[in-house]
Amino acid sequence: MPNPLLQRLKATMGIYESRADKVYGLLAEYADPGALLHAAQEVRKAGYKHFDTHSPFPIHGMDRAMGLGQSKVGYITLAGGALGLLTATWLQWWTSAVDYPINISGKPFFAFEPSVPIMFELTVLFSAIAAVAGMLALNGLPRPYNPLFYSRRFARVTDNAFFLHVAASDAAFDMGQTRQLLEDLGALGIEVIEDREYSDI
Amino acid sequence: MDTVQTQDLAPHSGDGYHEDPPLITGDLSFHEITDLVSYHTEKRTPTGWLMAFGVASTGLMILLLMIAYLFWNGIGVWGNNVPVGWGWPIVNFVFWVGIGHAGTLISAILYLFRQKWRTSINRAAEAMTLFAVICALLFPTIHVGRVWVIYWTLPVPNQMEMWPQFKSPLLWDVFAVSSYFLVSLLFWYVGLIPDLGTLRDRARSALRKRITGFFALGWTGANRHWRNYEKAYLLLAGLATPLVLSVHSVVSFDFAVSIVPGWHTTIFPPYFVAGAIFSGFAMVMTLLVIARKVYGLENLITLQHLEKMNVIILVTGTMVGFAYITEFFIAWYSQVEYEQYAFLNRSTGPYAWAYWIMMSCNLLFPQFFWIKKLRRSIPFMFVTSIIVNIGMWFERFVITVTSLHRDYLPSSWGYFSPTWVDVLTLVGSFGLFFTLFLLFLRFVPMVAIAEVKNVLPQADPHYYDDHGDGHAAHLPQPEAPRTQG
Repeated sequence: MPNPLLQRLKATMGIYESRADKVYGLLAEYADPGALLHAAQEVRKAGYKHFDTHSPFPIHGMDRAMGLGQSKVGYITLAGGALGLLTATWLQWWTSAVDYPINISGKPFFAFEPSVPIMFELTVLFSAIAAVAGMLALNGLPRPYNPLFYSRRFARVTDNAFFLHVAASDAAFDMGQTRQLLEDLGALGIEVIEDREYSDI
Repeated sequence: MDTVQTQDLAPHSGDGYHEDPPLITGDLSFHEITDLVSYHTEKRTPTGWLMAFGVASTGLMILLLMIAYLFWNGIGVWGNNVPVGWGWPIVNFVFWVGIGHAGTLISAILYLFRQKWRTSINRAAEAMTLFAVICALLFPTIHVGRVWVIYWTLPVPNQMEMWPQFKSPLLWDVFAVSSYFLVSLLFWYVGLIPDLGTLRDRARSALRKRITGFFALGWTGANRHWRNYEKAYLLLAGLATPLVLSVHSVVSFDFAVSIVPGWHTTIFPPYFVAGAIFSGFAMVMTLLVIARKVYGLENLITLQHLEKMNVIILVTGTMVGFAYITEFFIAWYSQVEYEQYAFLNRSTGPYAWAYWIMMSCNLLFPQFFWIKKLRRSIPFMFVTSIIVNIGMWFERFVITVTSLHRDYLPSSWGYFSPTWVDVLTLVGSFGLFFTLFLLFLRFVPMVAIAEVKNVLPQADPHYYDDHGDGHAAHLPQPEAPRTQG
């Protein structure tokens, strides 16, 4: 039995467990961003948690429709920036005032003024690396294997198609009822996604 | 934030300022945009591309030969010598770093200012940044003379137990330019992830699917992912903005922190940054005027985009021209004899020809963009963009060489002349730049597909509320969760 805490963490990244019968979830296609936004709102109202929308571009208002809070990338970036600032300060102080002090024209071994440019550069560099690494970590990327890739229709998600995926791991998931709900919301087509556990490329 | 031009789909007859015409013309659908951009990475290699690549890679070969020749013989093969110790390599370095700045300005600063027109040009401009910074990093590296100990510029523990001198602007430069390169690379790659997903999903062959799939990191356009992605992208833009301003400021410290007349001025950081943006936009213009024509992207990169870039060239060109004049005023006002002579010598001395090339190219020519007709004339803007880059190269030449060739002691005055190695190395650096840029055009989506789709009116979920095109009509309306965006 997988660790439930780990499962919850993975669910925030959009990584869900498939059921014993290999069903991963239901994938419904909607006609346009408006219909998708509406569907996401209704699916959330119906009490689902393990669902996600997939679209070629971010849709304004979708975070709110899905009931997602603020992204945590900002905190990770802040931590990265603080680490960069500390690293730069420590590096310049320790190398020039502690490890190998050299007296040049009687200038102080360490002073803040000439240290500012490198403090700034490393703060920005570390923040940027933290922002990207944090974004990938929170998204559970890279994720080369994803059962959604078995769907042929899903290949259009990066082109012009709008999908809503309800994972079978959701407590409220029921093959008949969930399918009915997605259909009532105006789905153009609904597909059962199975986790076949092999790579088909 | 408002969604763009919800009401305005028809081509507009307005004059472009009072009411903005649509950013993307031709009434393209999402799929047409995907096709239009992806196609160029998927088609057979065109003969024209191969020919251009042949020319560019010949330039690259020349560069490699020149570098080999330089390493074998030492930097005496260049024209640099006392008193002009910083010759073309440093001129070229500052020139190339400056070119890079427009890419970051377009991708980061215009993003923060919500200038949606940037979406059509940011990918190519960011690529240009990366390649220009690669060219820039090359020059100080080969200029150090003993290139095999270039690692001394990095804080690497070594057997001598020595550390870099952190109080030197030259070392700040190492950190500033390499941080700039890494952050620009991250920014560019993050922007590319969704489009790499598009290429993966369109791939016909297994090999192509594997390669694009590897770089797309398993992107599925999930909203849970978009949420973190957009936040990270915004933060990167916020970080890149002060970074780009700092990089050219630090480059200018290389000069300004010294006590050489003509270099030791506080105006250098802002003046260098304005000049960098000026030359960078000119380079973006040169590249995009060709690329949009060759690749048939006139609907994505419209005349409106080009005109806006010309306005920025006009503004930054005027700022640079203002800085030139301010320098003269301050030299006079300072009442420092050496400072006054340095500037008098610039404009009337042995290098007056270079000075007046700089003045006319940078101050005079962009002023024609006050005229709307010329601002929208493609041949005119193309020629001007090249003139501006010639002018900006000469600006760095004037600053570097004229200040050094006559300093405090008349007995050590001299005249700098480049050698054939100098000239061919500069030519070769263009070869490197264009080789990389052509590879980019061939293998990477040159326009940010996902971002362009996002500025179409159809991308707004509320576009479907009133238009009643059958999708949302029979459903209850969503309760309009318009985000702060």
